[in-house]
Amino acid sequence: MTLVGVLALQGSFNEHIAALRRVGVKGVEIRKPEQLENVGSLIIPGGESTTMAKLAEYHNLFPALREFVKMGKPVWGTCAGLIFLANKATGQKTGGQELIGGLDCTVHRNFFGSQIQSFEADIAAPELSSKEGGPETFRGVFIRAPAILEVGPEVQVLADYHVSSDKESDSSEEGNTTSVKRVIVAVRQGNLLATAFHPELTADTRWHSYFLKMIGEVGEGSLSSIVAVGTDSHSNQPRIDFPIYQ
Amino acid sequence: MADTGVVTVYGNGAIYETAKKSPFSVKVGLAQMLRGGVIMDVVNAEQARIAEEAGACAVMALERVPADIRAQGGVARMSDPQLIKEIKQAVTIPVMAKARIGHFVEAQILEAIGIDYVDESEVLTVADEDNHINKHNFRIPFVCGCRNLGEALRRVREGAAMIRTKGEAGTGNIIEAVRHVRSVMSDIRVLRNMDDDEVFSFAKKIAAPYDLVMQTKQLGRLPVVHFAAGGVATPADAALMMQLGCDGVFVGSGVFKSGDPARRARAIVQAVTHYSDPDVLAEVSCGLGEAMVGINLNDDKVERYANRSE
Repeated sequence: MTLVGVLALQGSFNEHIAALRRVGVKGVEIRKPEQLENVGSLIIPGGESTTMAKLAEYHNLFPALREFVKMGKPVWGTCAGLIFLANKATGQKTGGQELIGGLDCTVHRNFFGSQIQSFEADIAAPELSSKEGGPETFRGVFIRAPAILEVGPEVQVLADYHVSSDKESDSSEEGNTTSVKRVIVAVRQGNLLATAFHPELTADTRWHSYFLKMIGEVGEGSLSSIVAVGTDSHSNQPRIDFPIYQ
Repeated sequence: MADTGVVTVYGNGAIYETAKKSPFSVKVGLAQMLRGGVIMDVVNAEQARIAEEAGACAVMALERVPADIRAQGGVARMSDPQLIKEIKQAVTIPVMAKARIGHFVEAQILEAIGIDYVDESEVLTVADEDNHINKHNFRIPFVCGCRNLGEALRRVREGAAMIRTKGEAGTGNIIEAVRHVRSVMSDIRVLRNMDDDEVFSFAKKIAAPYDLVMQTKQLGRLPVVHFAAGGVATPADAALMMQLGCDGVFVGSGVFKSGDPARRARAIVQAVTHYSDPDVLAEVSCGLGEAMVGINLNDDKVERYANRSE
């Protein structure tokens, strides 16, 4: 059975593990650097990126995470995870925050504004529907979401979102983003996948199976025999999933 | 459908969508992003920065921490919007703010200044003894307190997208928080094993809407994110709440009424992430300096904030 690591410092890691279970794959909670050795791929969930960065720093996770990305193992970041993977992030807290990097793009943290500007939208992703079938669009849930402003030549854009004019006016304090009409919300660069929205909050598991296919491309047959040690002490407890609201 | 005279006795969803353009999923979504995190009470921008640096996943802006409200007495209200704006400017993490129970205009003001979450809180003086705010009328999400399952589901029916067990704020005493979390969790366990035919009577007993009781039975948990609050003062207290099954922790006076707030805040954040790892808990609990002074709740003179609303 394929094991997928889910960074479980804070945020929607339970939701990711539940979504992985729905597609028949076991997700393993990762809290410490040594636990990364047990998995061949990693999901960095949504949450508060500053909080997750602090916790990763306390437990010295950044060197191990950077090494993981550098080795070309598949990594998927949603929302806060996207910020983690980006080479450059704007709109950070005073003093900035540490990033993993590796994804050649500039991310604007909290691009759409505060919770009152959080929204849902149907977004077209031709790459996703051609690989995974299903409808042309998927339901994107944007919670205080970031957006990608620029990407490097290596980066494949999977989905974008047209910012309506009323959202523009209160999107940012910096002013230079007010002219942006179209922002990128999903990208892929080699084995790195990043989405500004939260597929783990919806019943649509196509993004998860898309990521699993990326893992399959790497050819990780050797991983099937690996058993995670000491990472899943609560597996004897019945897992209770959070409901999905449509 | 009022104009056509058509009435639906049973709604399609257990939780009604509001007419406003903020679906319940988006309201709950932010709470889901806060799971596994610590939300800290702060009274100014400087404290908010300390909380952010420690790794808080959100801050709660209020004019006085609960321990001071207890000590000073008087009417506790929503804090000055100017102060909340300053806190919002100082940090990038979500900012919550408290409104008085039933005081929907305070909530409107908080919505107008673009706060991320409103806490309709019993810690502030109650504005309406009978009615809570109709939270369906707002685009911003609400968190509300509860002492038991019935109270939690009544708040969800009113539109709360997140629940926190009340505990006893400003006491530094975890006993009430444990009591309330235990009560919610054990009621859910009883409910899960109950025959469907008995749920009607159970819903009546706990005075909660039948549809939400049934949904809770099917889910095996509260239908919204459930944090603990009221009396958390140490990393061990926070981890206790997590092990009892909560999704995260609110810390009020526990941080900024202690000897070394920055250090204690950081330790509590780590304790919530590693709540089931006693080695990490032991490590982060060492040398934190003085905890806040606790209040013994056997004393009848101590006012119970938790009993201010039903």
